[in-house]
Amino acid sequence: MHNTLVIARRELTSYFHSPVAHVVLAVFLVVSGWLFFYFSGLLIVGKASMRSFFALCPLLFMLFVPAITMRLIAEERKSGTFESLMTLPVAEHEVVLGKFLAALAMMCVGLVCTFVYPVSLSLIKAPGAALDMGPIIGGYLSAVLLLSSFIAFGMWASALSKNQIIAFILGLLLCFALWIPDKAVLILPASMGAAVQYLSANYHFENIARGVVDVRDVVYYLTVTTIGLVLTTRTISATRQ
Amino acid sequence: MSDVPATPPMIHIEGLTKVYGRTHALRGISFEVPKGQVVGFLGPNGAGKSTTMKILTGFVEATGGTVKVAGISVIDDPVAARVHIGYLPENNPLYEDMMVEEYLEYIARMRRIPADKVRGAIDTAVSRCGLHRVRGKDIGELSKGFRQRVGLAQAIVHDPDLLILDEPTTGLDPNQVVEIRNLIRELGKEKTVILSTHVLPEVQHMCGRALIIAEGKIVADGAPDQLSSDGGRLDVVVTGKRGAPDAAAARAVLNGVAEVAEVHERTTGEKDALAFSLTTKGNADPRRALFAALVEADLVLLSLDKKALGLEETFRKLTTAEAGKATPDDHHPKAA
Repeated sequence: MHNTLVIARRELTSYFHSPVAHVVLAVFLVVSGWLFFYFSGLLIVGKASMRSFFALCPLLFMLFVPAITMRLIAEERKSGTFESLMTLPVAEHEVVLGKFLAALAMMCVGLVCTFVYPVSLSLIKAPGAALDMGPIIGGYLSAVLLLSSFIAFGMWASALSKNQIIAFILGLLLCFALWIPDKAVLILPASMGAAVQYLSANYHFENIARGVVDVRDVVYYLTVTTIGLVLTTRTISATRQ
Repeated sequence: MSDVPATPPMIHIEGLTKVYGRTHALRGISFEVPKGQVVGFLGPNGAGKSTTMKILTGFVEATGGTVKVAGISVIDDPVAARVHIGYLPENNPLYEDMMVEEYLEYIARMRRIPADKVRGAIDTAVSRCGLHRVRGKDIGELSKGFRQRVGLAQAIVHDPDLLILDEPTTGLDPNQVVEIRNLIRELGKEKTVILSTHVLPEVQHMCGRALIIAEGKIVADGAPDQLSSDGGRLDVVVTGKRGAPDAAAARAVLNGVAEVAEVHERTTGEKDALAFSLTTKGNADPRRALFAALVEADLVLLSLDKKALGLEETFRKLTTAEAGKATPDDHHPKAA
């Protein structure tokens, strides 16, 4: 655990040393803010809720998470620092976990910035109307869970290629594959539909974002994240061959 | 029967093999390095030096064989074995965006140096490697010589027993090479060091022992001076009793001497004379036989000079030995 935290700290510092973090966070906030306040018709419908923001999250994360994770392993393998890192007295899973935590912390910084949205909602809502906090808290919780599953698979993509562009595209495809089953349910027979739906990150995301935290949904995310992290560790082990 | 040493050797490698796909990078390497020795690992590019070092540090897994560092198997417990090792990989990869100080602190923490000792460890490494002036600079801004010093500093920050340095002087200018060599010699006084190079004088300068590796096998192992005196070279100049002798005939005579391994013709300034360079088999001294053979053939010996084989030539001789063996009668063995 000690080494994991040392690695996480270094990675996080490195994010903020490079322009990548600032660009990704700025673009994330601009795009999400614009889509949320302008495009979602929030001001027309006149309902003080964050639903339209959380509905956008899976799509936004699908783009931004691979942009953040693509460098995690690919960059080190390309520059050779991976050799220095992997010859320190540290286990592979500690490296993977450290990098994962750094990326998650980085994306959480972005999420924390969006706290402006509920705050501004509470300011512009009609006097006397109540802002329903359940879906907002649930929404943020599911956003963090969704982020961890996307980051785990984005990082696996980064372990699969030394080329960051390929890692990005691969990460995007993997996140897309986690998101899409939900959308395919419409064209599937009902018996298969439920099973396929359970595989979709989007389905569980919407469940929790409604403000109802079901253990099954949390277990889904934890499982997907673990699978992604294990695959990354395996892929790193394979580079020693 | 010899006494069992109280402490295990720093490095113990036995029957080490490594196969990458269809390439046999290492074909059964065995050697031991006792504590405190400075070993030079020599060989042409692609001989297996880096592969051996990567296996020692646990970066690459061996295909077969035993590898132990300070008695700990690198294969069974790589993390524990790495605690004893300070490693400078080939090309010295560093995080360009970190400051020297920041980087050393990161390494010190990863090396599990207790929080209250981190400062002291960094100070020691900085002063040993002469990094005072650049402590607060970004690594990306440093000259190659300073980068190399940072690479060495990170390798010694936890005061390891064993230093593994993969081509520590490659790509440096002559002044920097001298500085780094001095630094390594200094470190070698108290640590076991194994360094790879294809620059031979380096080994004579810094190492008490040289291991020569070619095509995945160890072809020589000994003190650099001993290696260079093994076998030798004879320079001879011969002429005929009247005018220039026939070159082919003279060569045949020299070749006929049992202890002579190879005959190469040299150029000479002497009129009507032929000059040859002979290599001998093992430590044989063929001078008497040579003289007798020349007299027998009615040739006149103008000069006979015995030269010790330089490390450079030993190296070439050993590393091209495979090709030489394949065609023993060919005087110009092709490089493999």
